[in-house]
Amino acid sequence: MTQWLEVCDLTEIPQLGARVVNHGDLTIAVFRNADDEVFALEDRCPHKGGPLSQGIVHGRKVTCPLHGWNVELISGCAVAPDVGCAREFPVKLEAGRVWLDCTTGVCAAA
Amino acid sequence: MDMTPPDKKMKLVMVGNGMAGVRALEELLKLAPDMYDVTVFGAEPHPNYNRILLSPVLAGEQTVDDIVLNPLDWYSENNITLHVGKKVVKIDRTHREVETSDGMRVGYDRLLLATGSNPFILPVPGADLPGVISFRDIADVDAMVLASSQYQHAVVIGGGLLGLEAANGLMKRGMQVSVVHIGPWLMERQLDEPAARLLQKSLEEKGMKFLLQKQTAELVRGESGRVCAIKFKDGDSAPADLVVMAVGIRPNTELAESSGLHCNRGVVVNDTMQTFDPRIYSVGECAAHRGIAYGLVAPLFEQAKVAANHLAQHGISRYQGSVTSTKLKVTGIDLFSAGDFMGGEGTESILYSDPIGGVYKKLVIRDNKLVGGVMYGDTVDGAWYFSLLRDGKNVNELRDHLMFGQDHCGNLGHSGINKAASMTDDMEVCGCNGVCKGDIVKAIREKGLFTLEDVRKHTKASSSCGSCTGLVEQILAVTAGGDYSATPKTKSMCGCTEHTHEEVRAAIRQNKLLTIPQVQQFMEWDTPNGCASCRTALNYYLISTWPGEAEDDPQSRFINERAHANIQKDGTYSVIPRMWGGNTTPSELRRIATVAEKYNIPTVHVTGGQRIDLLGVKKEDLPKVWADLDMPSGHAYGKALRTVKTCVGSEWCRFGTQNSTQMGIDLEKAFFKMWAPHKVKLAVSGCPRNCAEVAIKDVGIIGVDSGWEIYVAGNGGIKTEVAQFLIKVKTEAEVMEYSGAFLQLYREEGRYLDRTVHYVERVGLDYVKKKILDDHEGRRALYERLMFALSVEKDPWVERAKEGKFAQEFAALTV
Repeated sequence: MTQWLEVCDLTEIPQLGARVVNHGDLTIAVFRNADDEVFALEDRCPHKGGPLSQGIVHGRKVTCPLHGWNVELISGCAVAPDVGCAREFPVKLEAGRVWLDCTTGVCAAA
Repeated sequence: MDMTPPDKKMKLVMVGNGMAGVRALEELLKLAPDMYDVTVFGAEPHPNYNRILLSPVLAGEQTVDDIVLNPLDWYSENNITLHVGKKVVKIDRTHREVETSDGMRVGYDRLLLATGSNPFILPVPGADLPGVISFRDIADVDAMVLASSQYQHAVVIGGGLLGLEAANGLMKRGMQVSVVHIGPWLMERQLDEPAARLLQKSLEEKGMKFLLQKQTAELVRGESGRVCAIKFKDGDSAPADLVVMAVGIRPNTELAESSGLHCNRGVVVNDTMQTFDPRIYSVGECAAHRGIAYGLVAPLFEQAKVAANHLAQHGISRYQGSVTSTKLKVTGIDLFSAGDFMGGEGTESILYSDPIGGVYKKLVIRDNKLVGGVMYGDTVDGAWYFSLLRDGKNVNELRDHLMFGQDHCGNLGHSGINKAASMTDDMEVCGCNGVCKGDIVKAIREKGLFTLEDVRKHTKASSSCGSCTGLVEQILAVTAGGDYSATPKTKSMCGCTEHTHEEVRAAIRQNKLLTIPQVQQFMEWDTPNGCASCRTALNYYLISTWPGEAEDDPQSRFINERAHANIQKDGTYSVIPRMWGGNTTPSELRRIATVAEKYNIPTVHVTGGQRIDLLGVKKEDLPKVWADLDMPSGHAYGKALRTVKTCVGSEWCRFGTQNSTQMGIDLEKAFFKMWAPHKVKLAVSGCPRNCAEVAIKDVGIIGVDSGWEIYVAGNGGIKTEVAQFLIKVKTEAEVMEYSGAFLQLYREEGRYLDRTVHYVERVGLDYVKKKILDDHEGRRALYERLMFALSVEKDPWVERAKEGKFAQEFAALTV
């Protein structure tokens, strides 16, 4: 069952940037791109667990700060030829507020 | 997602199923997988294979299956209709249809001509006899292999690259081979005479015979109806059961010409690979671009990329011609040639000749630039010379050592290994990413890789520090065969744009562009907001060109420069406060100790730059740590001024001649907060004993009794480079001005991520001397521009710790 949690105002996430959201033991990166789309991934690069929230956001991708893997924000999957996926969480924007569902994260690789 | 209904897809027909054409399809599928219904016609009954590797197949070193690049499954998986063994004989441009020899008609919206080339057949009597073939495709190889099992005498006409490879293969198959050549020496398009003589000698030792300066008059018919001998114009003759004509190739323009397309030694195309009919494109050996029809794979792949870009209607790339190099694929023979290897008026040549050892090298230089070269017997530096040539680098500084290769050019570091061919598969090539030779070879073979970029993407080899780039290029050359590397003469900033670093910087300056979106719009960037590599470069170019006016964009900074601390592998950060000139005080040390305990900082480390590193700091603690430390930012995380290392100099040392500590502190305080294309390290020693190790710094100062010596462009990193002497000055003020002017020149002209050593290597020390030593006003202006740029910079730690700026960056949210 979807359980929407209110995270913050869209303006609290920098454009082409991210915020770290803690939920229990989970660390989730919530991204905002140039078109004000929001995305949520577990804050772990599929390569060596680097914090994706600290990467550079471009288009619908983020570049991991540790070794430069590019990860698709929509699916959490690494851009080819790299292989692997970060868990992706439902996220939505309503009236300028960002909502996140931490219960149903999916990993496209599974 | 493609919303076009299936029946509305455009139709793309490709004539020719060879390497260049299929590469164009591959590139097109990457860009616009659903735009076209694709139909391919191939005259040969095979899927696309690697024509370059026909020689190893002939020599029995590889099989036909080994060299297939796109198996039949690939075509069906990508919904490409493939017709093999069908020849297109007509293009009906009015109705936009192609017609095959058996009457099949297929319509097109776009047509791609990739018909390749045909071998040139000498118009002599007997040229059509059985047993007379060329060396162009799998059928020719099959014919040669068959002949070698039945006959003894083979004659190869043509002592060029292809002819020698054919002759070598036939000899390996057990035939007695004579090579007939009209020129005075072999491979005259790639070799000068001395190199060709060495090659000839070595092939003769293997058993090959040569008939030079012989012109073929006739091929004689034997009793069986098959060729039996070759006759020359001078009356001589030789037995021949098999004749291979390898006297050159001609672009295959028959189809294009018959359909009225403009051809001139190839199908004439513009920089977008479009022919004179805008619906028809052409790539590969059949295409003539700016008067040249290329016959090597790398330029053809570049063409393929450009054509695909335009077929996908992106409309943003141009092919601007290529520089090419050649390697002969005869096992046991090392030969390399590139550019203008003959030399002539206005050029100088450097020669190395060891006839007994079988080594010959010639480098041709014009206007201090390498313009060509030929190497025989020892080609390990081929890739290096080729990159010098391609990039048009000024080689004046290297001249003394140039002939002895890259290893002898002051390089003591990691890139010293230089023998790709002799390496075993389990030897490590890329120390950063742990990639062995075997991994690279496997990826090249299985994935059909041809460029350095592809190898980097798939294996990560040479994608980090880049010091093994030359080695990877060599492995690529050995594995993929022949020519591979020729990347464009000018490198674009990244995949997001065609423009070079210099073009982008000039546009920023001339048009007063102040934001990244402005630059991307003005320069017509291909991607909506760039990538991690161009955005960081653009941000630097903007703030360094328009200090105080262009606003720093934290989202276009690498995390270290956004968080002003160094990210570690576990996501924590390291903090290095600045200690001016390596001096500290008991009070500072006490604060550091208190901070380390208060924030449970696990590791306290003394760095090589005379400072103290606190490792394992949580991101949210950073502003508090900085506030408690109450010390300036050390910028150890940035492309910025790092340390100024000093010795204790004349204040304490019994040998010290100058107060190097104070000089270092003054320099560090003056240049504090300086952003640069890459990190910048300085050092000041108080006497020639050089305890501060100035020889490996970007700017190194040595105090001597009569003043200060200034050295520039040293490097202690991946490649150890010794700093070069710039000038000796008398006063501290002069040290400041000359050092500052040099750093500002580097800030203004260095490409992002180039260290000073790379910048000086590119422009030459003479140029730097002209700007800094000869032009007094220019030097002062440079220094003033640096001082102005620094005047508007603030200490980022103070801003964040005390003024509360960018608080969001350090605070996590909780739900």
